Amino acid sequence: MTEKLIFESSREGRRATAQAPLRQTVDLPDHLRRNTPPLLPQVSELQTVRHFTRLSQMNFSIDTQVYPLGSCTMKYNPRACNTLAMLPGFLARHPLSHVSMGQGFLQTMHELQDMLKEVTGMKGVSLTPMAGAQGEFAGVAMIKAYHDARGDSHRNEILVPDAAHGTNPATAVMCGCKVVEIPTDDQGDVDLDELRKAVGPNTAGIMLTNPSTLGVFERHIEEVRGIVHDAGGLLYYDGANLNAILGKVRPGDMGFDVIHMNLHKTFSTPHGGGGPGSGAVGVGERLLPYMPIPVVGKDGDTYRWLDEKDIPGTIGRLSAFMGNAGVLLRAYIYMRMLGRDGMSRVSEYATLNANYVMVRLRDAGFDLAFPRRRASHEFIVSLKRQSRDLGVSAMDFAKSLLDYGFHAPTTYFPLLVPECLLIEPTETEAKEDLDGFVEAMIAILDESARDPEKVKGAPYTTPVRRLDDVKAARQLDLVFNPASVDA
Amino acid sequence: MAFIPHTDADVRDMLQAIGVDSIDQLFDEIPQALRVDGLKGVPEAVGEMEITRIMHKRAARDGEPLTFIGAGAYEHHIPAAVWEIATRGEFYSAYTPYQAEASQGTLQLIYEFQTMMASLTGLDVSNASMYDGASALGEAALMAVRANRKSRSGKILMPRTLHPLYRKVAKAVAGNQGLEFIEVDYDHANGTLDLKALEAYADEDLTALVIPQPNFLGRFEDVDALTDWAHARDAQVIAVVNPTSLALIKPPGEWGEKGADIACGEGQPLGVPMSSGGPFFGFMTCRQSWVRQMPGRIVGRTTDLDGRTGYTLTLQAREQHIRRSKATSNICTNQGLMVTGATIYMSLLGAEGLAGVATACMNNTARVVEVMSSVDGVEVAFAGGQFHEAVLKLDCPVAPVLERLAAEDIAGGLDLSAEYPELGNALLVCATETKSEDDIVRFGKAMADAVAAVAGEKR
Repeated sequence: MTEKLIFESSREGRRATAQAPLRQTVDLPDHLRRNTPPLLPQVSELQTVRHFTRLSQMNFSIDTQVYPLGSCTMKYNPRACNTLAMLPGFLARHPLSHVSMGQGFLQTMHELQDMLKEVTGMKGVSLTPMAGAQGEFAGVAMIKAYHDARGDSHRNEILVPDAAHGTNPATAVMCGCKVVEIPTDDQGDVDLDELRKAVGPNTAGIMLTNPSTLGVFERHIEEVRGIVHDAGGLLYYDGANLNAILGKVRPGDMGFDVIHMNLHKTFSTPHGGGGPGSGAVGVGERLLPYMPIPVVGKDGDTYRWLDEKDIPGTIGRLSAFMGNAGVLLRAYIYMRMLGRDGMSRVSEYATLNANYVMVRLRDAGFDLAFPRRRASHEFIVSLKRQSRDLGVSAMDFAKSLLDYGFHAPTTYFPLLVPECLLIEPTETEAKEDLDGFVEAMIAILDESARDPEKVKGAPYTTPVRRLDDVKAARQLDLVFNPASVDA
Repeated sequence: MAFIPHTDADVRDMLQAIGVDSIDQLFDEIPQALRVDGLKGVPEAVGEMEITRIMHKRAARDGEPLTFIGAGAYEHHIPAAVWEIATRGEFYSAYTPYQAEASQGTLQLIYEFQTMMASLTGLDVSNASMYDGASALGEAALMAVRANRKSRSGKILMPRTLHPLYRKVAKAVAGNQGLEFIEVDYDHANGTLDLKALEAYADEDLTALVIPQPNFLGRFEDVDALTDWAHARDAQVIAVVNPTSLALIKPPGEWGEKGADIACGEGQPLGVPMSSGGPFFGFMTCRQSWVRQMPGRIVGRTTDLDGRTGYTLTLQAREQHIRRSKATSNICTNQGLMVTGATIYMSLLGAEGLAGVATACMNNTARVVEVMSSVDGVEVAFAGGQFHEAVLKLDCPVAPVLERLAAEDIAGGLDLSAEYPELGNALLVCATETKSEDDIVRFGKAMADAVAAVAGEKR
């Protein structure tokens, strides 16, 4: 199944006339005018609707397939969250309109801040970061601002465990810091001896993901906290894996100074084909003066924006307005529908599903990266042995799963484990669907022994087969050129 | 249990398979002392019916005012098909197209989007989008530092006719990496950047000049002269543009002798609702020669094993998941769903439809200016053309006027008096194609009443 580019359906003079006003005459000097029209297609409404509907059908999605993509928490996105966030009263609100015209929205945001404080055990929450990576940026920028305010500007080293997401070191650099990598021990915990050696007078802080990207809970969390705080550094909790601990432990109680939450993971806002995300941050007492603005405050019965006047030490604004407001509405609606007991159930059933799939795969002959550990909400299978014995790689397994109707787990991340699949089923998958995934993995394992070439050629049933990435990078073709079709 | 499908029998069987007695046992690696007993501060669960009632009430409280504010977020008509299609589960609930074979829909759509944005801005290549227009400017400044090998200063000139919030965001996003943002004043009489004001920096090592078009005050800058001025000093040109306007006005790629180097801006006008300021999306385009310095995702067209055309993420060696601390940015996501909506919007409108929107915006704002110029106590700040915003000067404080207009359910503009004190009691107003003659007349009458009342109170 392929679909022509929409530009190839374009015909001079065709228009969806009901959708836009006709061109009017305007008073515009010649030197400002555009001479050639932009390359936008000239198509009808039906052609547009059909084209994009067909494109949508070429995607895997949570609504159509099991999507056990590790570290991404691909849980069901309740429909009510979308329907209610798109009520006209919310969509029509201009971000700079008078606060008297936005009390319904602001109340909702204020309550969301309060719920997130409770979930994380933090003292303050700012909702403005527009994605996890921007939440990380806010966190590290606040740590930097804290040290600067104390005259400790030399503290510019951020410690990052080697298992971390790539965004962690990239964020530290964006904040003007240096990255010091900390190794992981053979059980998946931070190597405490190495951590002790790494801290010092230049330590700004540590960025820790817990449970880590290795799918295990950092058991020495209290020691880590002690070592870093004693050295004068602050602790940053990367909340990428908050789904695993919701209602069980709180980063604030563990002594962390700042956390970002991926609302598009834990609180089920849509991934949207790669965004928008939302990376709200929670802070402890020490970082309250530096929170990114705006934050929603309350005077008596009236909600209002807090800005530079209220938080003079702020690290500033990360977006023109207040971040991904519509995403925040969806997270609020989801959290209200879960309620306090539903929150704890999220981590319980996510963990149950992960451990169940892990045990079933182990029993079917797959190697676990950390066989002596519990899975958190996700776990790692290593196909190093199969790769060596059968010549079939983790990527081959991933592509083959697509033919069985399952989205692939995360492959080749974390980088520490060779030939790895990071598998995260989430709590919203039913047992029979998990069993289906396990059966597919077993079938691919069998096939790898019988006919490895077939597995290496997968997928066969998708709209295209494996793509030539080298050609894509060497012969860059990033925009359509109509002349290439006419020729 | 909300959104959890497990039956009691399922749980029993699964625990047995794992070899534990209870779900709680699965958390036994977490130190007991750290465990919390639930989240008492979170309210009890509500069902879909009840949350529907709560949210309807709140949305109704905010209502649907008559909006005459622009300032970076614009109310446009959004064709029904845009969000009908964009919120299909296959777009809405998919993730980053890392598995290209399972994501051809999203990937092809981004390739079409890149084509549209590159053409709209008159530049060669586009990325798959950034978070929003303001943060895209911060990233563009960092990109200019990487791309401009002739400059070592990291100095970026930003005129005060650039959106004040964009200036703040650029500093917050890029300021930690040693960039210096310098604000350049404008001609207070006509609302555009004066070349003479730039001359103070003529002999300095400059990395880039930011040129907003139309500018924050709704005015058109002399983009050709500014671009040539910057290029003559080996500074790059970063264009900050409104995408709707580009259906009518000269695109950044054609500015001056050589054209702008990088264009960025807020994509929201292309079919994304105002929604309290987000989610929107930032766009970024550039010349082919700088593509490896561009942040964010980029999609390329290639072929598969059988020679069929297909699409995939490319040039990933720029990105954080490969390069980690050496990446061009820490950005991981794009605003995929908003880009989906915008690509559908641009397809439905086409170049003619977008020009229709742009011309209606210009003429409606001109009409607001005409109506307001006959209101007592209101004068128009700058003579001459504007895109869809204009500055009014009131003979009384702006804030109480806006408060009175809000009471009439009119979002009457943005108070400029704090950011632009030199303009006095200045108000930035905007009228898009959504405003009818009746709406504009109603706005004029309400403004006359509000100004008269506030001026009367003062006396």
